[in-house]
Amino acid sequence: MAFIDYYKILGVDKKATDKDIKNAYRKLARKYHPDLNPNDEEANKKFQQLNEANEVLSDPEKRKKYDQYGENWQHGEAYEQARQQQQQGRQQYSYGGQGGGFEDFGGGDFSDFFQSMFGGQGNAGRQSRYRGQDYNAQLQLNLTDTLESHKQTLTVNGKNIRITIPAGIENGQTIKIAGHGGPGVNGGPAGDLYIKFLVADDPRFKRQGSDLYRSIKLDLYTAVLGGEITAETLTGKVKVKVKPETQNGTKVKLKGKGLPVYKKADEFGDLYLTYDIQIPTNLTDHQKKLFEEIAKSSS
Amino acid sequence: MAAKHLITITDFCVYHHVEDNFIHALHDAGLITITTVEKNNYIPESELQKLEKMIRLHSDLEINVAGIEAITYLLQRVEVLNDRLQQMSNRLSFYEGER
Repeated sequence: MAFIDYYKILGVDKKATDKDIKNAYRKLARKYHPDLNPNDEEANKKFQQLNEANEVLSDPEKRKKYDQYGENWQHGEAYEQARQQQQQGRQQYSYGGQGGGFEDFGGGDFSDFFQSMFGGQGNAGRQSRYRGQDYNAQLQLNLTDTLESHKQTLTVNGKNIRITIPAGIENGQTIKIAGHGGPGVNGGPAGDLYIKFLVADDPRFKRQGSDLYRSIKLDLYTAVLGGEITAETLTGKVKVKVKPETQNGTKVKLKGKGLPVYKKADEFGDLYLTYDIQIPTNLTDHQKKLFEEIAKSSS
Repeated sequence: MAAKHLITITDFCVYHHVEDNFIHALHDAGLITITTVEKNNYIPESELQKLEKMIRLHSDLEINVAGIEAITYLLQRVEVLNDRLQQMSNRLSFYEGER
């Protein structure tokens, strides 16, 4: 179990006064407080370390014990027994947390070092209430999963949570499920659960917001003469009229054939088709002649 | 509104160890909504999460109402900017894929 330098965590030296410690804690807590750093695991972790350091260093008795044994805290009990034998009758600190001055500590999310050192957590006098840790989870979706809102049951830390995934959710978007994070300390509120959605690319479509884009092959004859083609959308096939003399790279909009607009029921984006005109190959002699005639008549 | 969705300010203050002046100051700053029913002031259930967060900022970090107002505004801005950043990032990958 690694020794934790609480002074270093708070950025103060061992001679720091109670006021110095309080100021250092306040300053760093303002920087790393979970409410000011939503969805930031690193800040959350630092805030817990700060609380732990403050819990020890702001309490004169705990600080004394911490200073007394320091890095050799693991041998503190043996040291203490030897001292007791030598100085019977003198009031001692109970070490190990069972039946001593620190037995009234409340529950909490402190390090193993803290628990071994002080045998428990919290402060009987003060009972600080801390908010539980925020949890972060990721959920993979296919593009078609974003077509309509649907419910899904997730298992987070052994608990089943039923969530609604809103239609039109974007890649990287995060939703917060309040109160489904870690439990609070000393009656503090539970943290929140943040779910980040990772929407996988669909090889057929490109997405921009609620609009979809795709390239579609168009034969030369339909492009020149016009006609009708069948185009694939995310929800099925549709017929599309092609104007005569359509140029390569022409974009057409299929209104409402994109993705649902996030949190706007009955609103949809559009699907844009870009024509990729295919030049015929392996022409027969007859076909070549016909093209030559067209070329002559055009020049 | 069903009474079960309202919490009296007194009950709330006793539970959270805060003075009712603090709740009224947050209300005066437009940060929370208070509902009055038959001359009694209540906190709607929908405001609880927001209010508890403000109390944590006040008690954990000794931030006053003006500070909470500024933080609330800035956190909202951060959220909007994060969303825009994500949208821009998605948009960038759209154009990068086109090349």
